[in-house]
Amino acid sequence: MIAALSGALFGAGLHISGMTDTAKVRGFLDFAGAWDPTLAFVMGGAILPMAVAWRMTRGRAPLAGSTFPAPPRHEITRPLIVGSVLFGIGWGLVGLCPGPALASLSYGGWQGVLFLAAMLAGMGAVPRLRRALDSAETAA
Amino acid sequence: MQVEWIYGLVGGVLIGSAAALMLLGNGRIMGASGIVGGLIDGTTTDRGATLAFIAGLIGMPALMSLGGWQVDTQASSAPLLLIAGGLAVGIGTRFANGCTSGHGVCGMSRLSVRGFAATLAYIGAGALTVTAMRIGLGL
Repeated sequence: MIAALSGALFGAGLHISGMTDTAKVRGFLDFAGAWDPTLAFVMGGAILPMAVAWRMTRGRAPLAGSTFPAPPRHEITRPLIVGSVLFGIGWGLVGLCPGPALASLSYGGWQGVLFLAAMLAGMGAVPRLRRALDSAETAA
Repeated sequence: MQVEWIYGLVGGVLIGSAAALMLLGNGRIMGASGIVGGLIDGTTTDRGATLAFIAGLIGMPALMSLGGWQVDTQASSAPLLLIAGGLAVGIGTRFANGCTSGHGVCGMSRLSVRGFAATLAYIGAGALTVTAMRIGLGL
């Protein structure tokens, strides 16, 4: 129930903020062109309640879960940066990231469906890709 | 333009509230790529909650759109571009262990160094991609 409500709030937020509109997202990334700052306001607006929520986790337990997530790790690893760069390239190409790709599914047309299918296929391939990279590294 | 950033701010607060609800309620990080990716590769620990979250995420915008609040998506109609973009987003977010919601909203709000590094990397790569497409290809 909590998860459904959270998903609905997330979907409403993405819809209202304009983040399901690929032109607005790509407009934000176009710093050298006709820059659209909307995404910065969305990110800022989202970080505020979440920063309060992180503070509220101190000395408490989740309502329905068992424990809060462990404190963040600090190592900047190669998969973190290489993966994020790859994600950024795909995000720039189309203007959709995982949340909005799902939120706009009902009205995104075949374009949105095709993007989502490719995204899910990519996610599904990652465990195999990881193993292949690991064995290539041990062989080298 | 002025109205658009207000919508952006209001929508952003809703997104942050959704993430806060997930954290304080279920003790989970509301990262879209982690939630969906866990379902795809079978690493998810709470299938019911994951499916409920996805149902809300798809259902709410569908209802708003049916109710008359329509927004454009304007995604490209070039199939190869959509496939390449989808693959890159899917593979990249799983390798990096997060996307705009996980690293951006949930990570940066607790001053996670990894969240800031990832966000800098994907915004930088996205900006270079958009700029290269506009200048080099006229897209």
